[in-house]
Amino acid sequence: MTSTDDGAGSDTQLARDEPWDLRLYVAGQTPKSLAAFANLRRLCEEHLAGRYRIEVIDLLLHPRLARDDQIVAIPTLVRKLPDPIRKIIGDLSDTERALVGLQLRPRTA
Amino acid sequence: MSGTADRGRSQLAKSRTGITGLDEITGGGLPTGRATLVCGGAGCGKTLLALEFLVRGATELGEPGVFLAFEETAEELAQNVSSLGFDLEELVAQRKLLVDHVRVDRSEIEETGDYDLEALFIRLGSAIDEIGAKRVAIDTIETLFGGLANAAILRSELRRLFRWLKDRGVTTVITGERGEGQLTRQGLEEYVSDCVILLDHRVTDQLSTRRLRVVKYRGSVHGTNEFPFLIDEDGISVLPITSSLLVHDAGTERISSGIPRLDAMLGGPGYYRGSSILASGTAGAGKTSFAAHLAEAACRRGERCAFFSFEESERQLVRNMRTIGIELQPWIDEGLLVVHASRPSLHGLEAHLVAIHKHVKALAPSVVVIDPMSNFSSAGVRSEAHSMLVRLVDHLKSAGITAFLTSLTEGGQALERTNDGISSLVDTWLLLRDVEEGAERRRVLCVLKSRGMAHSHQVREFRLTSHGVDVLDASVAPVALATLAGPGQARELSRLAGERQGEHTS
Repeated sequence: MTSTDDGAGSDTQLARDEPWDLRLYVAGQTPKSLAAFANLRRLCEEHLAGRYRIEVIDLLLHPRLARDDQIVAIPTLVRKLPDPIRKIIGDLSDTERALVGLQLRPRTA
Repeated sequence: MSGTADRGRSQLAKSRTGITGLDEITGGGLPTGRATLVCGGAGCGKTLLALEFLVRGATELGEPGVFLAFEETAEELAQNVSSLGFDLEELVAQRKLLVDHVRVDRSEIEETGDYDLEALFIRLGSAIDEIGAKRVAIDTIETLFGGLANAAILRSELRRLFRWLKDRGVTTVITGERGEGQLTRQGLEEYVSDCVILLDHRVTDQLSTRRLRVVKYRGSVHGTNEFPFLIDEDGISVLPITSSLLVHDAGTERISSGIPRLDAMLGGPGYYRGSSILASGTAGAGKTSFAAHLAEAACRRGERCAFFSFEESERQLVRNMRTIGIELQPWIDEGLLVVHASRPSLHGLEAHLVAIHKHVKALAPSVVVIDPMSNFSSAGVRSEAHSMLVRLVDHLKSAGITAFLTSLTEGGQALERTNDGISSLVDTWLLLRDVEEGAERRRVLCVLKSRGMAHSHQVREFRLTSHGVDVLDASVAPVALATLAGPGQARELSRLAGERQGEHTS
């Protein structure tokens, strides 16, 4: 994997056809969790249509995973693929920052 | 409502920490089912205190614990405390301890909109359930403020966390880094209302001392003093355990000084057992010899003696005493006499105090010799040396241990100053001195005071012979008291003599 964090790298990354593996950690169906899921779906459809997978993990059902996967905040979105792993916390209502966090958009100064 | 009132009236339940001395200071431990904040600067020992709280709970008190570590990984923690004899991996394997390292790195995390820390609660909750934990340590939760940007969310979540811990009923220690103008950087003390402990690590005259203070303990009596503590191969020891109330048992049993004629000067049988004796005098006046006599006499009775030597090594002591016919080696070999030799400046004051306490606790001697105690002044500022000695003597008295302290009088020093103001604390005070008369140096001795005894007021000459201290007949040494003390101290001595008179009549 040769992806880099800087803006130029992210742009080329966009063009790649690799699959996106995303995990959304929630704790029950709270408004924040539901909002995060809806925001994530919209975001993926716009930018990653056809090549993403979202796995929702309810920590109330799998509490051990909070420790195993180093989760502190709810909701947390983890980009497992492509590398490197990225963590985004919050309900993803700030689309700009969500895209930057997922490296779908370069970080603006 | 009635529940709160009931709780207020009844004694607050406490959980023993198992940490030496801390349970005594807090009157039984930390508040059960509540959170205690332990704060202090970097390197003050707060992580260790939190961890030892869990280790003691798990190993000695049957209470498993969860360590939520924000700063160190489980491996780092295990490494750091392995020198203290804590085998964290073994405890983890036995499911008595669970270490969860929470990694929060701002560079890895993007924040987009509203969130809470529910995952942390779930995480801690599942860890508690997994091993049936009764104790939790959180070290150092303020790290979250470095990892996450939204301080408003963090604050409200912290408040929620403390409530949550209380509801779970786990006894918790939370550590916090000392902040400017407040106890912790993020003002954690606002959230913890039950118990706050402050740790401090200071360096005075190049000697480091650690101190602990209970700043707050709601619904409980606690000492507000600063207590010295030490971190050594057994973990934390907080000292000492003195009430400084005069509640010592006043026994009537007397023990021999090891010098029959000195016993006679004290009115017959010798010192009171459990009393404290001070022998002060100029260099070479024979103070150590008097101490060795007492130690040897104790061993002869089959009792144990701890001899703290701050000027001579064990071998020097044995050799020097052998020249005056006191054989210490056999008692050392038999284990009745234990000599601890160290330089006073080697450790901080508190370290000395702690070391003496530990040795005394381990050996359970009936006699303790500190030779000389005046050297402690070089190990710290004078007032600290004094309060330390007071606490030490107090502790020995309360334990019924006879304490023999020697003190070096420098030429021209005031008597009171010489003795670190400890004279009022000791029961028996022997004054030893070299006197020059013509071409001869003579050693003289007098019992300046001895509480509760019809002791001699004579100044007697004594010699260090091949069979020990030999106190001569009174008529042989007509030395004036003024000569004994040296010029310039006559007034002080006459005052002390007056004091003596008063005591004698009682």
